[in-house]
Amino acid sequence: MNFEMPQFALAAPEIWLGVMVCVVLIADLFDRSQEGRIAFFLTQATLLVAIWLAISTHWGGDREITFNGMYVSDSLAAVLKVAIAGLAAVTLGYSRDYLRQRDLLKGEFYMLTLIATLGMFVMASASSLLVLYVGLELLSLSLYAMVAFDRDSRIGAEAAMKYFVLGALSSGMLLYGMSMIYGASGSLLIDDIAARAAAGDNLLLMAFGMTFALVGIAFKFGAAPFHMWIPDVYQGAPTAVTAFLGSAPKIAALALFLRLLADGLGQLHDQWQIMAIILAVGSLSVGNLFALVQTNFKRMLAYSTISHIGFLFLGLIAGTDEGYAAALFYAISYGIMAAGGFGMIILLSRKGFEAEMIDDMRGLNDRHSGYALVMLLLMFSMTGIPGTVGFYAKWLVLQALVDSGMVWLAVVAVVFAVIGAFYYLRVLKAVYFDRVESPAPLEAPMGPRVVVAANGGLVLLLGLFPDTLIAICRAAFGL
Amino acid sequence: MLEGWPLLSLLIWLPIIGGVGVLALGRADADRARWSALGVAALVFLLSLTLWIGFEVGVAGMQFVERVPWIQAFGIDYYLGVDGISMPLVVLTAFATLLVVVAAWEVVRYKPAQYLAAFLIMEGIMIGVFSALDAILFYVFFEAMLIPMFLIIGIWGGPNRIYATLKFFLYTFLGSVMMLVALIYLRTEAGSFAIQDFYGLQLPLATQMLIFLAFMAAFAVKVPMFPVHTWLPDAHVEAPTGGSVILAAITLKIGGYGFLRFSLPITPEASMALDWLLIGLSLIAVVYIGLVAMVQEDLKKLIAYSSIAHMGFVTLAFFLIFRILAGSGSRDGALMALEGGMVQMISHGFVSAAMFLCVGVLYDRMHTRRIADYGGVANRMPVFAGFFVLFAMANAGLPGTSGFVGEFMVILASFQAGFWYAAIAGLTLVLGAAYSLWMIKRVVYGEVKSEAVGELQDVSARERLLLGSLAAVVLFFGIYPAPLIDVMAPSLDALFRIVVPTL
Repeated sequence: MNFEMPQFALAAPEIWLGVMVCVVLIADLFDRSQEGRIAFFLTQATLLVAIWLAISTHWGGDREITFNGMYVSDSLAAVLKVAIAGLAAVTLGYSRDYLRQRDLLKGEFYMLTLIATLGMFVMASASSLLVLYVGLELLSLSLYAMVAFDRDSRIGAEAAMKYFVLGALSSGMLLYGMSMIYGASGSLLIDDIAARAAAGDNLLLMAFGMTFALVGIAFKFGAAPFHMWIPDVYQGAPTAVTAFLGSAPKIAALALFLRLLADGLGQLHDQWQIMAIILAVGSLSVGNLFALVQTNFKRMLAYSTISHIGFLFLGLIAGTDEGYAAALFYAISYGIMAAGGFGMIILLSRKGFEAEMIDDMRGLNDRHSGYALVMLLLMFSMTGIPGTVGFYAKWLVLQALVDSGMVWLAVVAVVFAVIGAFYYLRVLKAVYFDRVESPAPLEAPMGPRVVVAANGGLVLLLGLFPDTLIAICRAAFGL
Repeated sequence: MLEGWPLLSLLIWLPIIGGVGVLALGRADADRARWSALGVAALVFLLSLTLWIGFEVGVAGMQFVERVPWIQAFGIDYYLGVDGISMPLVVLTAFATLLVVVAAWEVVRYKPAQYLAAFLIMEGIMIGVFSALDAILFYVFFEAMLIPMFLIIGIWGGPNRIYATLKFFLYTFLGSVMMLVALIYLRTEAGSFAIQDFYGLQLPLATQMLIFLAFMAAFAVKVPMFPVHTWLPDAHVEAPTGGSVILAAITLKIGGYGFLRFSLPITPEASMALDWLLIGLSLIAVVYIGLVAMVQEDLKKLIAYSSIAHMGFVTLAFFLIFRILAGSGSRDGALMALEGGMVQMISHGFVSAAMFLCVGVLYDRMHTRRIADYGGVANRMPVFAGFFVLFAMANAGLPGTSGFVGEFMVILASFQAGFWYAAIAGLTLVLGAAYSLWMIKRVVYGEVKSEAVGELQDVSARERLLLGSLAAVVLFFGIYPAPLIDVMAPSLDALFRIVVPTL
């Protein structure tokens, strides 16, 4: 094995994030405010620079592989990283006052977010099973710690424990599957695995490995029947963490799927397609039906996440580049909506009060019509009504399904979309139709208010002019 | 003067942006919201009149076409245009919205700015539905319409408004997502989303049937046809007056328009093969729903059921064309059925809007919609009684009113399909007269029944203006319908050529 000097410049986003993790950690020690103010602004700046770096190094160029084949730089990586860092920045923008009111505002929170982001970046550019796994663990371990961030909260600790045990189990599954794939192909590099699969070597063993890997991926996504952790973790974690947990890591999970199953095992598409159909339909039905009966808004959003993951899987099922592009668009637009949804809870919460029940939304239109409008946009976007970005996400997935001849799946999907509409409308009923006796006006600090307005505006703007984002998502797959 | 202006875009976006403006301006000051909303609605109505004036009569194709790329990856254009079928509906929309804004003036007290803004945004979206020539663009407007209507019924509606608005939303949403799948499928066949490219695809009959049923799911709910009509009475009863006017005058027409623009030309063979279904359901709507209307004790419910019956008449006309061709081979007869259906749609837009406004006038004074609570209204409100009786007559299809023209044309045409079609369709006149006049007898005439009725004040100048303008239109088109028919005839003729290319 001859050693070649890796092209460090291609990994600039990861290197930057890694360096800045250390800088944030040290800078926080010198922060006299004890509120992590320096860490907050430094983290946000870091994320913005990371976005710029990801675009300038990955976007538009040819697919380049370095670090002995373990690191890939392509347009897909650019799109994934921009979305991940952007969502991380948005959710951090929501979190500051929420954390302060609960005495959780510490520099470590931002550092953990950065490490998680670094893990997701690594996954987005991974071209080897090991790198993929390392990135995933970097993400997962940070998330476990973040869920338990409110260490005095019993429900938070329980959620973290549950998340940790189930997450470790799924990581084990994934690793087991990877080891079988390695055994079948003799290589850890995704490209080599793809070549071996194309040559038809050891397909049976590879299919076994693929099955375990898919289970691991489904766990990370939270697709039914591997969804059990999602509602408890979403509910138990501090909402600022839930907002982060519910948005950016979904894009990382998509990266995991795309790199491992689409790039590496695209040859086994026939086998994983059936499993993915089961996961998709299962998630659609479990997510939508269970969400119908929730009274807790966070739990409802958790089940709605499961249903959205089901829809996202439908895009992957097609197995075409169009389908992957649709799934990517879906993941990004869902990330925007989820961040906004949890951001609304953060905005409505006060010290000592979590606005996490649907009933807490009652009379919101009387209290603050602007927030009510954002809520309207978010809920209709999740329903998939045009004028919001959620429609195009659903439409692209349906388009990919119909184009590859699976009309019946498209019909199943839209039926569940209608069932899903009911619980989103229930939230809007509370916001607009229920009136409270004495509506207390809402006071929220400037920062989150700007973020929530921008978030709602983005849902509307992309709902009117989706062209650019669609083109970007398609360009990531060379369409 | 307006040469080269993107008139349709103006008609769509002016009310939407104006609605947002009303929201921003009128949050603190209700009067400012009212005047600015009135300004926007009046401006849009004037623009829609220039659309009518600038419209070239005798041309079948699309006019005022605008086409710019919108979602390039899928070849979707922001593609607008109107022909003789859609142009009158655009004008009707602008007119109805203006009425709604005026009708809400002193009546709506809870968040008037949001109320008016919702209607203006709704107006823009509905004009978008009528002028979209790209299937995805059409669908975007078609679905987006649900958002303001959901809020209008849910916020300003009656006691049972939440049940009604959820029912309305879920019914129509289920129907339209099926259509979305069909549209996506059509794109894979036609290679583009332009509606005109969907015409003449020569799909196999089995495929056409499925697409037809998907379209039917969307449009039959909107029309609404028996048996998916049950959302309409609930929605109407709970909706505020303005909501009822828009629902009856415009959104129901979108269902009929959809049948003309999508079902008939895209799936002609399936339409012919399944015309028994549509005709059967339409006849049930005409007869059964007509009877149901007669026994209603709630004024709004009665008018709502009468709307269903009238719209059943419209769908009957649209799908009777195949029977007319088979029965007499007469192309003119079939064309007359289509024209009659369209005239009936427009006329019903005016008449039902007027009826709901009349009920609104009564409701604002008495806060009840029960027929039994009224009686002898004419003694205290003679001017109002005159208007109400006129509109009820138009609803029943009295000659000289616009309601007569469409019904007469359809019944005349249906004789060529067979005697029994005409006989059953003719029942609509009898039943319409029965429920309309019986309602009038109980509400308007007779002795003053209660103290509350005794204290009624006659219509104000604002209400007089509203009802008077509607009465003028109803009488004008009843006496001289030619301008309307001249506008739509060439486009319907062209449509007919697509549906039945062999003739």
